[in-house]
Amino acid sequence: MAMETMIEVEGVSKAFGSVKALVDVDLQAEAGRVLGLLGPNGAGKTTLVRILTTLLSPDQGRARVAGLDAVRDAAALRSVIGLAGQYAAVDEMLTGRENLELVGRLYHLDRTERRTRAEQVLERFLLTEAADRLVRTYSGGMRRRLDLGASLVGQPPVLILDEPTSGLDPRSRMELWQFIEDLVADGTTVLLTTQYLEEADRLAHRIVVIDLGRVIAEGTSDELKDQMGGDVLELRVTDLAQLQKAAAILAGLGQGQPQSDPDQRRVTVPAKGGAATLVAAARGLDDAGIGLDDLGLRRPSLDDVFLSLTGQRPSVAPAQAVDADGSRRSRRSA
Amino acid sequence: MTAPTVTSRGRPAVGPSMTPTIALGDIAAITKRNLLRILRTPQLLVFSSIQPVMFVLLFRYVFGGAIPIPGISYVDYLIPGIFVQTTLFGGAAAAVGLAQDLKGGIIDRFRSLPMARSAVLAGRTFADLGRNVVVTALMVTVGVAVGFRFHGGFASGVAALLLVLAFGYAFSWMFATIGLLVKDPETAQIAGFIPMFPLVFASSAFVPVQSMPGWLQAFANVQPVSVTVNAVRALTQGGPVHHWLWQSLAWTIGILVVFIPLAVRQYRRT
Repeated sequence: MAMETMIEVEGVSKAFGSVKALVDVDLQAEAGRVLGLLGPNGAGKTTLVRILTTLLSPDQGRARVAGLDAVRDAAALRSVIGLAGQYAAVDEMLTGRENLELVGRLYHLDRTERRTRAEQVLERFLLTEAADRLVRTYSGGMRRRLDLGASLVGQPPVLILDEPTSGLDPRSRMELWQFIEDLVADGTTVLLTTQYLEEADRLAHRIVVIDLGRVIAEGTSDELKDQMGGDVLELRVTDLAQLQKAAAILAGLGQGQPQSDPDQRRVTVPAKGGAATLVAAARGLDDAGIGLDDLGLRRPSLDDVFLSLTGQRPSVAPAQAVDADGSRRSRRSA
Repeated sequence: MTAPTVTSRGRPAVGPSMTPTIALGDIAAITKRNLLRILRTPQLLVFSSIQPVMFVLLFRYVFGGAIPIPGISYVDYLIPGIFVQTTLFGGAAAAVGLAQDLKGGIIDRFRSLPMARSAVLAGRTFADLGRNVVVTALMVTVGVAVGFRFHGGFASGVAALLLVLAFGYAFSWMFATIGLLVKDPETAQIAGFIPMFPLVFASSAFVPVQSMPGWLQAFANVQPVSVTVNAVRALTQGGPVHHWLWQSLAWTIGILVVFIPLAVRQYRRT
């Protein structure tokens, strides 16, 4: 099925002084889909969000939402987007309802319309009971729900969510994910930035990995994992002191740089050779007298992809802690 | 459960382009939001009123006896200065408020909405004007309680208070510019006081300019606070009004002409 492109970024660059925040970034998001923009802190995610929401102009390139140019058609573009997330905010000294009605008023809805929509949003995000309390008294999760709700008052076809769950506890994070999935089911196009792999894996149809202002990989979660070209060899040493030595041995066997995780006493390396690499590793480690708790091959996780691409360990979503129940976890691919 | 319907296909109807009526509606919405914030932090309103009251008591009863003013009682001399000082200090709230909004992220939300670009700043300064009306009314009450009288008649008294409010309003645009420049509420608080001190104290607000050294008189005689205090004094106590009134109005308009574009430019940049 031919997809309509809702968000289109072409060759966008932005520098702040000598700091290159974005370098020649291209990306597209299709209508009714979630595009995950994944990257560590300082990768340029928020800069891109600010360009797409007309808060910042690009130095070069073009950004368009629903066919509207972020610079030339900025005013019109603002009426087709909703922004929520870490930096967009609600007013603490207003009630939940007042916040939503204020946003409705600024979308120039008439009185009845903005009341109805505020009521709908409150209901949808389970805030009806807290509707007339000052936001100051809300929990972090309620605040984010209201924030997301506020971005929906204008019923925008495109939602831009900038790290919508950062700093939330696992339960609130799961709730918010569910709300975002519901919105997408209704046909909303979402651009979601996150530093949590878990979040990108669960919500995004396509993922763009960005680091130091550049797009370094793009595809579905599965495509990104396949890019690793095979399995991952993973071992856990008994004695932390032997971690570096074990890593050095794997360096000669695997494809690419081994990644060490001292907290887990773990070393991983991409291993295209499969079983042969495993046998060679076992022999090499044994000859070197390295005691192991575990050694094996496994399918790469998004975590490994991120690590091999950016050379750094991504943030771990606290939600992984509740993953044990497994029931909420659904992987989707386009 | 009825969810807001969201369309994914096609370009949604883009609202009417900005008209003055819509812009006024946006300004009203933001003004109301800021007034609600002021009403809901009554402690701030109370403490920001206690400070000028203490100034009144301090100068009326502690320093006042040592400051002889020929031909006028010190309390009648002092209170016009207090009016101007109070509205200026009140205007500093614009610096703190905008810096808070910037830091809290709500300005980003506003800037991503299809609202009038002027509304955030206009709504801020109008709400502060509203607060200044309340604080000025309080200072009139306190002034009268300690012996101040409007000797110039009712109409002149009203004109004096309107002048004070207009002057304070103009300054709130300067404070808005400062708040947008420093972007941090605590810094904004301190930065706001820096222009205020020389303006309020090296003026005719509390002591006659003639008592200052010559080089300071040169500044104190012409600066906006002095000429406004002198105009308010003339309107409430009698004496030649026009000389000071037109200078004060010129300053008020001048400050607006300079700082509205500066604040708007800074708002667009942030």
